[in-house]
Amino acid sequence: MKQKLVVVGAGMASGRMLEAVFEAGGNFDVTLFNAEPRGNYNRLMLSPVLSGEKTYDQIVTHDADWYQAHGVDCRFGEPVVKIDRANRIVTSNTGGVPYDALVIATGSAPFIVPVPGKDLPGVVAYRDLEDTNAMIAASRPGARAVVIGGGLLGLEAAAGMAARGAEVTVIHLMGHLMERQLDPAAGYLLQKDLERRGIRIHCKGATKAILGTDRVEAVLLEDGTVYPADLVCMAVGIRPEVRLANDAHLDVGRGITVDDQMRTSDPAIFALGECVEHDKQVFGLVAPLYDQAKVLAATLLGQQAAFKPVQTATKLKVTGVDLFSAGDFADAPGREDIVFRDPGRGVYKRLILEGAHLIGAVMYGDTADGAWFFDLIKQRRDVTDLRDTLIFGPAFQGGAQTDPLAAVAALPPEAEICGCNGVCKGKIVTAIGGGATTLELVRSTTKASASCGTCTGLVEQVMALTLGDSFSANANPPMCKCTDHTHEDVRRLIKSMGLKSIPAVMQDLGWKTVGGCASCRPALNYYLIADWPMDYTDDRQSRFVNERNHGNIQKDGTYSVVPRMWGGVTTPAELRAIADAADRYGVPMVKVTGGQRIDLLGVKKQDLPAIWSDLNAAGMVSGHAYAKGLRTVKTCVGTDFCRFGTQDSTGLGIQLEKLLWGSWTPAKVKLGVSGCPRNCAEATCKDIGVVCVDSGYEISVAGAAGMDVRETEFLCKVTTEAEVMEVIAAFTQLYRENARYLHRIYKWVAKVGLDWCRAQVEDPATRRALYDRFMLSQSIYQTDPWADLAAKPADWAPIADLTLRAAE
Amino acid sequence: MTAFIDIAALEDIPRQGARLVKTVLGCIAVFRTADDQVFALEDRCPHKGGPLSEGIVHGTSVTCPLHAWVFDMNTGQAQGADDGAVQTFAVRLEAGRVLLDATRLARRSAA
Ligand SMILES: Cc1cc2nc3c(=O)[nH]c(=O)nc-3n(C[C@H](O)[C@H](O)[C@H](O)COP(=O)(O)OP(=O)(O)OC[C@H]3O[C@@H](n4cnc5c(N)ncnc54)[C@H](O)[C@@H]3O)c2cc1C
Ligand code: SF4
Ligand code: SF4
Ligand code: FES
Repeated sequence: MKQKLVVVGAGMASGRMLEAVFEAGGNFDVTLFNAEPRGNYNRLMLSPVLSGEKTYDQIVTHDADWYQAHGVDCRFGEPVVKIDRANRIVTSNTGGVPYDALVIATGSAPFIVPVPGKDLPGVVAYRDLEDTNAMIAASRPGARAVVIGGGLLGLEAAAGMAARGAEVTVIHLMGHLMERQLDPAAGYLLQKDLERRGIRIHCKGATKAILGTDRVEAVLLEDGTVYPADLVCMAVGIRPEVRLANDAHLDVGRGITVDDQMRTSDPAIFALGECVEHDKQVFGLVAPLYDQAKVLAATLLGQQAAFKPVQTATKLKVTGVDLFSAGDFADAPGREDIVFRDPGRGVYKRLILEGAHLIGAVMYGDTADGAWFFDLIKQRRDVTDLRDTLIFGPAFQGGAQTDPLAAVAALPPEAEICGCNGVCKGKIVTAIGGGATTLELVRSTTKASASCGTCTGLVEQVMALTLGDSFSANANPPMCKCTDHTHEDVRRLIKSMGLKSIPAVMQDLGWKTVGGCASCRPALNYYLIADWPMDYTDDRQSRFVNERNHGNIQKDGTYSVVPRMWGGVTTPAELRAIADAADRYGVPMVKVTGGQRIDLLGVKKQDLPAIWSDLNAAGMVSGHAYAKGLRTVKTCVGTDFCRFGTQDSTGLGIQLEKLLWGSWTPAKVKLGVSGCPRNCAEATCKDIGVVCVDSGYEISVAGAAGMDVRETEFLCKVTTEAEVMEVIAAFTQLYRENARYLHRIYKWVAKVGLDWCRAQVEDPATRRALYDRFMLSQSIYQTDPWADLAAKPADWAPIADLTLRAAE
Repeated sequence: MTAFIDIAALEDIPRQGARLVKTVLGCIAVFRTADDQVFALEDRCPHKGGPLSEGIVHGTSVTCPLHAWVFDMNTGQAQGADDGAVQTFAVRLEAGRVLLDATRLARRSAA
């Protein structure tokens, strides 16, 4: 008969343990309880979710298919309330389940400072998805957030909310930030970096009370300072979640006491994770918990294994902040320091030696050598011979040149690369030898860099070393020769570091050229427009000629002029004005375009302002036929005139064009709206297409009819015109915020996956937020460029005419 | 002999942009960099005649708007793998005014 294994808590530790049990072929009937209404996900990655760099879906570690494949009976949203040891039954809020073996993996609970006001609505901790979502909802631009606690969690919370535009203040009890991991000098550099991003830091601040009547309004400190707050996040520490174990009279110290096999004082009950105490030690980082998971899996399978805690190293997961700390760095007799400072670059490194051994390392600003130092600490290597040049890292040992890869090359095979998952260099090299030639493959085979992700760079370096040139060939190339960052990195850093001008991006991300080049400048200009519509002003000189001059340059240096014809519908008066303009300016060609409008080709640059103002006078605006932006909405005649029409496709197309025109996008966007599946508007090869049916509107996306031809894929179906408008605006905004410059919608969707896009626009809150951000941007960018530019015709003519002077 | 002619105020040229001067030799593009240096180049790309004045200005280079050849404005030489050059003309900045050397322009018209 199969043994019944009951697990309480679906967290990081138990998830890893179950994996190990099933991988080893363990044959159990597993029931998995979780207080949170969801299964295992990567808790570490809540910080990138908070800052907007990841979505919840991307951090789920075990999905419904996985549980089903392994026959796990999932009881999510069912907290266990009682353990009956005598009869071996656990009871949740819905009933009892018998067990042969029980695993307690309840993690820890956030510590809440017992001050008045701590229970007011708007006070959250930082532990789970609910907390994260509460912070996301509260961090609207301009909202004020106070974070109590300047440790790892508090600072990740602060940086995440700041990246979303909130005004954040961090209140920290001690004299410097992260005092458990950093010394004062590194803490100071960190504080300066965070302040530069607009986060206010108040050290030596003791919270006296949280003020507010119906919800939080402010935080009062002992020294009398008051910080107004729409949200307060308490991140002052955690304590092991031991209530169940206490009630069941298991041995409990600070955590549930376990032996080397992870067994509690009851031989049928095991425990692991942050809820345990092993050899007087409790845990707060995942690396040792994963070791516990392996040990417990072995114990359950009747194999020999013993848990031995390893040293842990810390990194802060705030994009753009590089810090590393490992080992022990308190001052003590017999200890010596080696310190290196380069204030200009914001680099600080400190090594702590005791006798012949390195026992601690703190690094800020340049952490490339962290893994090497950490390895020296763990191996307790005698460093007497290296001492003179130790601080310069492995690249300096043995006279090698400072090749960035040298640090990694110098690591022995057993050196740990991924701390979260305990993956050493040798294991990665073996996986690469076995065919894992992309980062994704290395991640899936070894788990290296699959948890917190801060070691991604190191893993890539190991790959570059092992694969040589063939690695860079399949890596994501940098944006252009001016920088080593990829488009994706740059977009992410613009948001997370709050960079709001082209010079700021170039300065803070270390551009290698002065003023960039014709490839990165338009991209940066677009990213800044899309990410900071309120703060950034469009830089005309960073645009390609077509967008700068609001017309497509032709091969002879003349331009084309295309007025907007909403939904492809025009009037005799408009046609007359177009005809007059064509005559007046001697336009050599008048052509009907594929997007249902009229193109006047061959207009001289100096005539542009005049022809624009003539067309403006007849009520027409620029058609943005030159723009990485909304081009056209092609329609059929629909119910107005067609006997097959099911909806007013023409009217809907006009509404869509009026909603979307003027918006800048990574590449051009064309829409089509057909009144029935006969699809006369060719909606299914557009970037976004709508096909009307009797019961509503089918929205599909990611079509193309250019060098690539592809049919759109179904996004969703809605029943009202208002929903069509909201979905399409939200989808467009999603594209605006995430795609790389010049990638059409189909290319971007191929990268991020249609499922992800659909999840975003189907979730009502996310869709609404996207829609609102789109409309905010439209309130600034939906203007007719012709009207503005036609007002200054002199700018379009030569500045001087020396032919006249020479003739005199 | 050089003959500098006042053509415009510096402020008339946008930073990282250009304005045209019509001459008997064709159009000359007068550029202004982000740090207010000025350069004057023939406005015809040697590749297929693209108007360099409409290119993106970065540092002291300009990229042709038609097929992205890059020219060093100091020398008029195409950069990188492309081979070709445009004529350059001397320009001076005096009290906020841009002066262009018209020697070659005048000689041609006198002839
Ligand atoms: C925002 C954030 C960032 C972090 N970043 C890092 C990092 O960069 N590096 C690092 O090493 N560590 C980091 N940590 C710490 C790391 O997440 C924890 O060490 C780890 O999650 C602990 O794993 P666990 O399985 O013990 O507990 P958890 O992952 O907390 O899982 C415990 C689960 O048990 C459930 N539970 C509790 N009581 C009951 C009950 N009675 N019945 C049923 N279910 C119950 C809880 O709902 C929870 O889902 C971070 C933590 C947070 C919150
Ligand atoms: S798509 Fe349908 S409704 Fe529209 S014109 Fe064609 S047949 Fe008529
Ligand atoms: S199909 Fe080619 S030639 Fe025709 S307009 Fe487009 S780019 Fe020009
Ligand atoms: S015309 Fe200048 S690059 Fe082709």
